[in-house]
Amino acid sequence: MDLAFSSEDRAFREEVLAFVEANLPGEIRDRVARGLGVGKEALTAWQRTLHEKGWVAPAWPRNYGGAEWPLVRRYLFQQVMGEAAAPDIPPFGVNMVGPVIYTFGNEAQKARFLPRVLSGEDWWCQGYSEPGSGSDLASLRTRAEDQGDHYLVNGQKIWTTYAHLADWIFCLVRTDDSGRPQEGISFLLIDMKTPGITVRPIITIDHGHSVNEVFFEDVRVPKENLVGEPGKGWTYAKFLLSNERTGIAHVASAKRQVARIKSIAGAEEIDGRPLIEDRAFRARLAAVEVDLMALEFTELRLLSKVQGGGTLGAESSLLKIRATEIQQSLTGLLLEALGNYAAPFEAESEDDARRNEPPIGPDYRDGALQQHIYGRAATIYGGSNEIQRNIIAKMVLGL
Amino acid sequence: MDFEYSEEQTLLKDSLRRFIDGRYDFESRRKLLASSDGFSRDNWRQFAELGWLGVAFPEDSGGFAGSPVETMIIMEEFGRGLVVEPYLATVVLGGGLVEIAGSAAQKSEILEPMIAGELMLAFGHSEPQGRFNLADVRTTAEKDGDGYRLSGKKIVVYHAGVADRLIVSARTSGDVRDSDGITLFLVDPRADGVSIRDYRTVDGFRAGDITLEGVKVGADAVLGTVGGAHPAIEAVVDRAISALAAEAVGAMERANEITNDYLKSRKQFGVAIGKFQVLQHRMVDMYMHAEQAKSLSCMLAMKLDGPDRERALAAAATKARVGQAARFVGEQAVQLHGGMGMTEEYTVGHYMKRLTMIETLFGNVDHHLRRYAALAD
Ligand SMILES: Cc1cc2nc3c(=O)[nH]c(=O)nc-3n(C[C@H](O)[C@H](O)[C@H](O)COP(=O)(O)OP(=O)(O)OC[C@H]3O[C@@H](n4cnc5c(N)ncnc54)[C@H](O)[C@@H]3O)c2cc1C
Repeated sequence: MDLAFSSEDRAFREEVLAFVEANLPGEIRDRVARGLGVGKEALTAWQRTLHEKGWVAPAWPRNYGGAEWPLVRRYLFQQVMGEAAAPDIPPFGVNMVGPVIYTFGNEAQKARFLPRVLSGEDWWCQGYSEPGSGSDLASLRTRAEDQGDHYLVNGQKIWTTYAHLADWIFCLVRTDDSGRPQEGISFLLIDMKTPGITVRPIITIDHGHSVNEVFFEDVRVPKENLVGEPGKGWTYAKFLLSNERTGIAHVASAKRQVARIKSIAGAEEIDGRPLIEDRAFRARLAAVEVDLMALEFTELRLLSKVQGGGTLGAESSLLKIRATEIQQSLTGLLLEALGNYAAPFEAESEDDARRNEPPIGPDYRDGALQQHIYGRAATIYGGSNEIQRNIIAKMVLGL
Repeated sequence: MDFEYSEEQTLLKDSLRRFIDGRYDFESRRKLLASSDGFSRDNWRQFAELGWLGVAFPEDSGGFAGSPVETMIIMEEFGRGLVVEPYLATVVLGGGLVEIAGSAAQKSEILEPMIAGELMLAFGHSEPQGRFNLADVRTTAEKDGDGYRLSGKKIVVYHAGVADRLIVSARTSGDVRDSDGITLFLVDPRADGVSIRDYRTVDGFRAGDITLEGVKVGADAVLGTVGGAHPAIEAVVDRAISALAAEAVGAMERANEITNDYLKSRKQFGVAIGKFQVLQHRMVDMYMHAEQAKSLSCMLAMKLDGPDRERALAAAATKARVGQAARFVGEQAVQLHGGMGMTEEYTVGHYMKRLTMIETLFGNVDHHLRRYAALAD
């Protein structure tokens, strides 16, 4: 056992850090540090920067344009990005649909889609959840009827992040009703400009717009957009999920959050002293820091296991559960640090309209509330924490 | 010992419930939030007509001689409906201060029109450095002829923007954080040197930061004794805590009903999700939190007019316990709804936001545990 990374790995870390320092615009960094969203244009520009450097897809094989780094490098890369408050590249293209296409797609699909996924020219969204099928995804009902040269798609997706910005959606659709529900599901790529698709925004309780409803009414989708075999969609989706879970611990950004709380609690007063010197507050922050340390070293230990040839199964659920719970504890402390100034809340569009007025309270309160409120979703999406616990109970503990 | 409502109190509760059910549905409330005041003046007139603005005040102040229990009943129902009208700011805090500290002339000048629904108040006390310490006042009141000049900043004053009169605390003597030397002043929000930056709050209310720059007030603007306002401020904040605790209880009970119904109707894996034992236990915890909060809220209402120390202990304990309950219930109500809980167009997230703020308002859990420990030993 050895906690130190090799000197090559440490040099790699420095190289990544220097690159980010030199290339990531300050305004974007500031928004990420505050937990505010970053617009499509800025995200695409950042993706292009990484793409030009060959770093946009750390895990992809080289022949598809990826960096094909070993696990430790991928981990370090992600750590540096998190520390530096670089925005996450939207996961739907590079982390999700890309690997499904290069693993299960045909040559024509690879040639057509992969370069545009890497460059960020195409934005993707994930059409899985439906009004009646959230945790129980296999019950999904959006139908794709075989019409010879095309599928006719009818149904509805919901909670589709970025559907209003996306060029393409990858969907789980039902092509067969006869067998087990999982067996009749297929993986279909659909151009968002196809007639019959309607996107309706869902405003979330932080007043933000990232999720949508997507309606499909007699949408004609060419057969060539089916990935792999009909009826195998569930298998591909599970493969995708295992990809989605790597890097789920978000340790670096949580550490950044700890530093932010310390800095705010250093500026805020309690009875004439800095709040950070208050024993009760400090002890609670320390407790979360220790939780975070346990998460960090659990992630490393699992990483080392995979590096040694092991496979990661349901243990990644542990990372997801702890990471999201820690994130939520941290924004709770952030809110607490702000004291009375936790209350003011204007959505950014409202802020814009009042740009000539002085800001409310200290500058560091900006974004904290949005982050706290929207952050409640972290224990719901990507498989809720209840579902993750069910997975561990069944797969790890055999209960 | 009796925790039951009297016949009049039951009637009061029923009339509130009818109002909320009939006039305060989710869609009507959403329209209010978007309106320029952020609430309805029509509703306010109704509150006055129904006697809700005066119920807790003594008869010699134009009220109907109710007790803190009446305020509790009103606030519980307001909590169920997530009512955004300025009841806490105007009636509990503003009216409460005038009742506790005001002269006979001030009472008739202010309480009568307030009870009639014609005058709104806001209490500007918290300052940027002060956090929840009620003695931490840096705003100054310098003697100027017969009167005073006020300078300083008050933050997150709920409903400051609609108030016809502000009540502002300022230091006439002593050091920051001395409890002696704090004085209350009635201030006209339109007076020279007063500026209010108003904004929305996360729970759908409106609040404002008040800046006072050499604001001139006369000697008759002093509310209560010069330098001796601290006990009145503590007393009125404990009333506000009682009101907020009741509001939280109402909001938790309603959020729990909504969530419980959802667990019975939402199906996944071929069954109602309420069949999953982990969700049953979560719902049970939410229920237990609300019940415990309710017990302390009742206790506080009954101790509010008692001896100062007992009142303060009860308020500290109640706010600390209710704060924990409010956070848990609000957040789990969202969690158990899945994605639905996150949508602005659905009720439950709004309960979470209000409950989150109630935890902070007038001191969070930490603050009141500390206060409790200091008083108890
Ligand atoms: C902000 C946000 C972004 C999202 N983005 C996307 C996206 O881009 N694409 C997409 O396809 N989906 C997306 N989702 C949807 C997300 O994956 C679902 O919300 C999630 O799977 C839960 O489904 P549901 O909302 O239908 O809740 P339900 O499944 O109805 O769950 C309700 C409650 O019941 C619990 N529950 C359900 N089953 C069980 C069980 N067996 N045992 C114990 N508890 C259970 C859940 O944990 C939850 O607490 C997003 C959701 C959110 C909130």
